[in-house]
Amino acid sequence: MLRRRADLLRSIRDFFHARGVLEVETPCLSRAGATDPAIESLAVTLPEGCVWLHTSPEFPMKRLLAAGAGDIYQIARVFRAGEAGRFHNPEFTLLEWYRVGFDHHRLMAEVDDLVRELAGARLSRPTGYLSYRQAMLDHAGIDPLSADVGDLAIRARALGLDVRGELDRDGWLDLIMSMVVAPALPADGLTFIHDYPASQAALARICPENPAVAERFELYWGGVELANGFHELGDAAEQGARFEADNRRRRDAGQPAVAVDHHLLSALASGLPDCAGVALGVDRLLMCLSGCDHIRQVLAFDWERA
Amino acid sequence: MAMYSTNEFKSGLKILLDGDPYAIVENEFVKPGKGQAFNRVRMRNLKTGRVLDKTFKSGDSVEAADVMDTDMQYLYADGEFWHFMMPESFEQYAANEAAVIDAMKWLKEQDMCTVTLWNNVPLSVSPPNFVELKITQCDPGIRGDTATGGTKPATLETGAVVKVPLFVNEGDVIRVDTRTGDYASRA
Repeated sequence: MLRRRADLLRSIRDFFHARGVLEVETPCLSRAGATDPAIESLAVTLPEGCVWLHTSPEFPMKRLLAAGAGDIYQIARVFRAGEAGRFHNPEFTLLEWYRVGFDHHRLMAEVDDLVRELAGARLSRPTGYLSYRQAMLDHAGIDPLSADVGDLAIRARALGLDVRGELDRDGWLDLIMSMVVAPALPADGLTFIHDYPASQAALARICPENPAVAERFELYWGGVELANGFHELGDAAEQGARFEADNRRRRDAGQPAVAVDHHLLSALASGLPDCAGVALGVDRLLMCLSGCDHIRQVLAFDWERA
Repeated sequence: MAMYSTNEFKSGLKILLDGDPYAIVENEFVKPGKGQAFNRVRMRNLKTGRVLDKTFKSGDSVEAADVMDTDMQYLYADGEFWHFMMPESFEQYAANEAAVIDAMKWLKEQDMCTVTLWNNVPLSVSPPNFVELKITQCDPGIRGDTATGGTKPATLETGAVVKVPLFVNEGDVIRVDTRTGDYASRA
C-alpha cells in the first residue's frame, strides 16, 4: 500500500506536469480559518494567540491566483476536527487544483481525465453527469429546489430514514444525498453531480442564468464522494458577506467563531482571474483504486494509531 | 445524568432512547464534505432484542443507560422469579420471566451467569457459554448405529431438549454449547 500511494502521487504529479500546471505549497497554519459551519478547524494555541490548521489550501491558493500564478495544484495534508470513520480521518491528503479560464464543466472533464487515467480498467462504465436536481428526482423522488423543510422531512421518513432531532432544509438535503442518492449511483462508474442548490454554494458562483443553483460540482466513485469543485466566486463583497453569514450561523449553533481571511478578501478585491478549482480526497481515491473499504487500510498510521 | 456525544459512539455502548435501553451494534460516521455530519447507528433494544437503525446529527448527545453486566450465581426459581446472587457481596437479585426467557432452559443452580442490570434491576440473563447437564430422559442407542453419525433427542435436567449422539445414555452428564444449543461432548 505504501508503494501504491507513492505510485499514485507520482502519477498525479506527472499528469499535472504534462499539462503545465505548477505545483505549489502554502501554509498549513494560518491566522484565519474556515468559516464553513459544516467544517471544524483545529485550533493551535500560540503565545500570541490562536491560529488554525488549514482544512484545505483554498484561500492561500486563491491569493496566488490573484497574484498571477496561473494554473496551480497542491498536494496538501489537511485537518478537520471530529471527522473520523470509514471514509474520514481527521488528518488527510487533499489534491487541490485551479485552472484559469475554466468553468466548472471544463474542470469536470479534466477531473474525469485524471481519475480515468489513474483507474484504467477499474472503471467499466462511461462517466455520468447529473444535475443535483435530477439526481434527487431520479433517486429520491423529490425536487430539491422547490421542496420545503416539511416536504423533505416527510420524504426522508418515507425513504426509511429515522432521524433524531431537528434538521434544517440543507440538513435534510445532505441526509437524503448521502444516504439515499449516493448509495444508488452506479458502483463501477464515476458520477458528477453539478449545479448544487444556491443555499449550498459554499465558494462557488451563483449561476447567472438560474440563481436557484450554484456552479458547484461533486464527483462520486460509486457512492463515495471523491471531489468537490467550483466555478470560483471572485466577488470580494459577496465572499465577505458569505463569511459573515457563516459566522452568524456558527454563533447561532453555539460553534466557535473563526477569524475571516482578510488576505483572501483583499486578493479577491484586487481581482481573481476567472477560474475553476477542485479538491479531491487522495486517500479515498486510493481506497477506490485498490478496493479498500476503510480509510485506515490506505494510511500508514490512521488516527487511532497516530 | 451521564450523556454520550455521538463522537463517543462505538459498538457496545449502552444508551437510553425513548425510555428504553439500547446497545449500539454498529456506528458509521457519514458526512458530505460541505454538509451536515451524521452518525448512522444500528442498535439493539435490550428489553425486546429488536434491532433498528437510527440517524443522529453528529455532535448531538444522548443519555447513557445505566446498564451493567455482572457475574452472578443462579440460586433457584420460585415459580414467579429467578433468583441470582453476587458472589462477593451475597446481594440477591430477582429476575422476572422476560429477563430469563432465553436463558432459563440452561439455568442450573449454582452455575455462574451474566446478569445485565438496568437501573439495578435484571434486564436479561445470559447463561455460561458451556453448561454441564444431566440427561434425565432419552431412548437407548442402538449398537452399531454410531458409525452413521445419527442423533437422538435427549431431555436434560433443566427441561432443555438437545440432539445427542446415539452412544450417549440416560444418566450421562453432557456439555452443551448454550449459544447454539448443540451437544459438545460427554462431561
